[in-house]
Amino acid sequence: MKLGGFLLLLSGWGIVVTALVLLHRRTVPAFILAGVAVEILGLVLVLRAHLPAPKGKG
Amino acid sequence: MSVEISFTLCLVFILLIPTAVAGLSLINVGLGPSRSAAHFMTSSLCVVAVSLLIYFAFGGAISQGLYSTPLMALTEPKSPLQPSGIFFHAMPWATVAALPALLMLASVAICSVIPLGAAGVRWRASSASLSTVLLAGFIFPIFFRLIATQYLASGFPRLPGTLDAGGSGFINVTGGLTALSITWLLGPRHGKYSLSGIPAAIPAHNAVYVLFGCMLTWVGWLGLNSAGAMLYAGSGAENSALVIINTTLSAAAAALAAAAVTRIRYRRPDASLIANGWMAGLVASSAGCATFKPTIAIIVGLVAGTLVVFSAEWFELRLRVDDPCGSVSVHAVCGLWGLLAVGIFAGIPGQFMAQIVGIATLLGFIFPMTYGLNWLLNKFSPYRVSPDGERQGLDLHELGADAYPEFVIHSDEFLQR
Repeated sequence: MKLGGFLLLLSGWGIVVTALVLLHRRTVPAFILAGVAVEILGLVLVLRAHLPAPKGKG
Repeated sequence: MSVEISFTLCLVFILLIPTAVAGLSLINVGLGPSRSAAHFMTSSLCVVAVSLLIYFAFGGAISQGLYSTPLMALTEPKSPLQPSGIFFHAMPWATVAALPALLMLASVAICSVIPLGAAGVRWRASSASLSTVLLAGFIFPIFFRLIATQYLASGFPRLPGTLDAGGSGFINVTGGLTALSITWLLGPRHGKYSLSGIPAAIPAHNAVYVLFGCMLTWVGWLGLNSAGAMLYAGSGAENSALVIINTTLSAAAAALAAAAVTRIRYRRPDASLIANGWMAGLVASSAGCATFKPTIAIIVGLVAGTLVVFSAEWFELRLRVDDPCGSVSVHAVCGLWGLLAVGIFAGIPGQFMAQIVGIATLLGFIFPMTYGLNWLLNKFSPYRVSPDGERQGLDLHELGADAYPEFVIHSDEFLQR
């Protein structure tokens, strides 16, 4: 899950950079926001992956 | 104003910045235990020294690139920044082009101290120095190259570059995300969480250090934001009073917001969170210090001061991130807020998307890179001290001498057993 989260973070940034370089300027903001949305998903995965597993009191 | 006056003023501002490094170090020492106070300060000096030497050796060459990229204001168009190469061998030190290099050296020193606050008490000094090589030699310069030189905006001419005059992003968020990565790699301090996950409140050993550190940091931040505004945001020297008032008002509003929120939530104002609030205001003000109106700076500070309290609580209780000094909340979270605030309040067409690009680069590229590099380094040179060393305190364990040899040093009697 941790690796998946970091890959999603990188993928989101890839979408942002690709949009900046390749796309027409009218569509760029939508793709930047889409990239950020992918990054947020990745961030949530990374944060959840770092939560310690619940332990019993015994 | 003439170039000579601008040069002198900028140089004076840059000379103030080391007080921010001293202030941050003092805050970290005060918030840590007395048994690791000397270790905290020694580590701070070591990482600052490493960061300066590494940035001078090759970090500067990465951040400035192989072609001339004017940084605006003083250096454009009169004296475009020249490619300096490794060891700054091509830097014309006797010209105005040397000022950005000085500012970058001071900035990288601040950035290098940030992770210590989150990871101290259990992080070997040697590992901290090695990790700083990554931070100052690669992570910091690469982000600066991508954003501050507006490299990412070059493919889309209508989009302005990410505005980050005083380094909310390239200093604070970079340092804060590195702090979060290292904290995850190290794990929490011994005894911080019970088996059921309830965190123990480990008190700061010297609140006076913490609050005095805040005042020192204020002075340094005035220099950092003012010099950054002149060199990176194209702000003239005559705009310095606005930068100074924005920085100060944001910090003041944030400290009061943190005091009010802690008073409401915990029935008493919390000294360490008020200090974190003050710092959060400084950090959040950095990106837009040259573009905000003073009333906007107050709003940015109020949000930062509120945000830092909830963020610190969220990281500690929900995410179980053991960050003794609140570095992740202050520098990463409030730095991101500072970047976003510029997009919301600057009133420049297209600036919001430009700030989003900067934030996306920090989260999507810098964060995985800093985590991955530190993970790799941790495999070869384990970051964490032994459990015995942690119990003993890093002063005795790593340095062989206490910071306060004539006083009674408290043990961990406040921790849950």
